[in-house]
Amino acid sequence: MRITITIRRFNPEIDVKPHWENYTLEVGRETTVLLALLKIKDEIDGSLSFRASCRASICGSDLMMINGMQKLACRTSVLEELDRHGHLKIAPMANMPVIKDMVVDMDPFWKKLKAVTPYVVRENDDLPVQSEALTTIQDNLENADACIMCGACLSACNTFEASSDFLGPAALAKAYRIQVDPRDEIRKNRLETLQTENGIWDCVRCVYCVQVCPKDVAPMEQIVRLRRRSIAAGFTESIGAKHITEFTKVVGKEGRLNETRLPILMTWGNFKKMFQMIPLGIKMFIHGKSPNPFADPPAGHEAVRAIFKGRKK
Amino acid sequence: MKYAYYPGCAGKGATPELHQSTMKVVEGLGIAVHELEAFNCCGAGVISEADPDLAYTLNARTLAIAEALGLNIMTVCGTCQGVLGGINKKLQKDEALRSRINAGLKETTGLSYGGTVGVKHFQWILVKDFGVDKLKRFITNPLTDVSIAPFYGCYILRPESATGFDDWENPQSLEKLIKAIGAYPVEYDGRTKCCGFPVFLEKQEIATELVEKRVGSAKNAAGDAMVTPCPLCHMALDFCQKDAEKIHREKEGPSRLFDMPVLHLPQLLGLAMGYSPESLGMKHHLVPAAPLIHKIT
Repeated sequence: MRITITIRRFNPEIDVKPHWENYTLEVGRETTVLLALLKIKDEIDGSLSFRASCRASICGSDLMMINGMQKLACRTSVLEELDRHGHLKIAPMANMPVIKDMVVDMDPFWKKLKAVTPYVVRENDDLPVQSEALTTIQDNLENADACIMCGACLSACNTFEASSDFLGPAALAKAYRIQVDPRDEIRKNRLETLQTENGIWDCVRCVYCVQVCPKDVAPMEQIVRLRRRSIAAGFTESIGAKHITEFTKVVGKEGRLNETRLPILMTWGNFKKMFQMIPLGIKMFIHGKSPNPFADPPAGHEAVRAIFKGRKK
Repeated sequence: MKYAYYPGCAGKGATPELHQSTMKVVEGLGIAVHELEAFNCCGAGVISEADPDLAYTLNARTLAIAEALGLNIMTVCGTCQGVLGGINKKLQKDEALRSRINAGLKETTGLSYGGTVGVKHFQWILVKDFGVDKLKRFITNPLTDVSIAPFYGCYILRPESATGFDDWENPQSLEKLIKAIGAYPVEYDGRTKCCGFPVFLEKQEIATELVEKRVGSAKNAAGDAMVTPCPLCHMALDFCQKDAEKIHREKEGPSRLFDMPVLHLPQLLGLAMGYSPESLGMKHHLVPAAPLIHKIT
C-alpha cells in the first residue's frame, strides 16, 4: 500500500532550524521503519541521514522518535504505527544534540556511562575467580546486563529532561550490574558515589525508561535496587533515603501517610531545607491542605501495625 | 453499579477537595460507592522501595476487604491506581506470590485475598463502565469555548503491565471526557510525562523545572486549565507553579505569567454538571480557579 511518512529534517550546513518533510512510498505488511527509511534514501532522497547497522535490534544504532516515542526503527512496523497513531512521524532522539537529520551526538550518553566506571575493578586480575561468585552474579543480574546502549532510556528520562547532569538510567543500570558482581573490589565506594548529586536519588520514577527499553532492562527498577542496597549498607542520611525510611515509618504507625508530618521528619535537622519548606507550609495551611500532624491515627491503623510487626519477625 | 471507594491518603489529607468533589459527582451520576473507611496507604511505590513484600501485604489487605464486600475497587488517584492495580495484577497472576503474601496477611490480620477484585480508576469507570454517552446526559453546563489540557501523569499509564486501560503512547480517555463536557482537549507536549512530585522534597529544582515545562507547554497551547486524574500531579503543578513561573519568565520574557488552574477530574466534571465551585472545593487550590470560573459563568 502507499503511505506517507513525515520526517524531521535538519542539515546544519543549509538549515537555520529543523523542518518537517513528507515522503510517499509503497510499503508491504512486513515493512519496518528502517526498511522504509532505506527505501526513501535509495529511491527518493539520498541526502537523508540516519544510523543503522545490524537491522536486528542488536546493535542499538537506529533509535529514533517514532510517533513521539523512543523506538528502534528496525523492529518497528510501519503499518502497526499507522494503525496505532493514525500517522507516522519520525524525528531524531529527543533530548540529544542533533548532528544531522536522525543522527544525534551520543556523547552525553557515553560520558555518563564512563562516569560509573562500567567494568569490574580488581587489584590483582590474575587471582582466580571462585565459580560460586559467577553463580551469584547470574542470580542477581535482573537483566541489567542486556543493555544494547541504544540511548532510548536516557532520551526518554524525565529527570534528564530537567537536569542534564543526572547520571541517567543506562549508566545507573550498569552501576547496578557491577554492584552485584562479587569480583569487583570497590563496590562500597561505588555505592557511596551514587549517593551524591545527580545520582540514584534524582530519579523521578516516571517509568519511561522501563517502558521504552527494547531489551527489558527496566533501568528504573535497577535504580530502586541500588536505593535499597544503599539503605541496607547504611547510606541513610540523604533526603532521598529518608523519604523511603520516614514514609515507611509514618505508614507503619498511622496506616496512612500524613503529608504534614512526612516533610518535617524528612528534613529534621536540615535547617536550610526546613526553612525552604516554610512558605509552602504556610500556604498549604491557609488553603486547608495541611492534615493535622497531631491527629489520632485513622481507622485501620491497628491492622497495619500488625502487618508491619509481622514483617519484622 | 457499585464500587468499594478507595480515597487514598491524598484524598483524605492534602487534597481534601478531591474526596469532596468525587462524592459530589458520583452522587450526581448515581454511581453507588461504599467508602473503605479503614483503608491503608498503597505505599505509593515508596514502601516497595524499602520492602516489596510489605507493599504487597498492605495492598493485599485492601483487596481482601473489597473482596469480602463483593465489590470492585474505585480509585481516584493515578498513583494509587498504578500501585494497587499493579500489585493486584501480580497477585492474580502469580499464585505462589499470592499464597506467600496471604500467609503473612492471615497471620497478622486474619484476612486472605483470593484474587477476584478489579481495581479501576474513576476515569476508566466513566469511560467504560458508565459510558461517555450516558455522562453527556448529566451535563447541564457544557464548558463550550473552554480549552482543557489533559495531564495523565505517570502511574495511570506506566508500566503498561500494571495499567493496561489506555494505550500508554496515545491515551484518549481524558480527551473523551473533556469532549463529553463540551470543552476542547488541548494538544501539547508533556501530557503523559512526569510532574516532578516524587522529588519535590529532595530535589525541588528538578520538580520546579518539570512543572515549568508541563505548565509552559499547556499554556503555549492556549489551555485555560489543566485536568489530572492524580492528586500528586495536582499538588506538584499547583504548588510549584509560582516558582516555575520565575523560570518561565526568564525563558520566555517577563510578561509570561503562570495562572493555570489545575483541576482534579471530578472537579472539572462537577463544574459541567452545574455544581458550584465552592461545593467542589476550589478554594483549596493555591493557583486560583477564578479565571476559568469566570469564563464559564
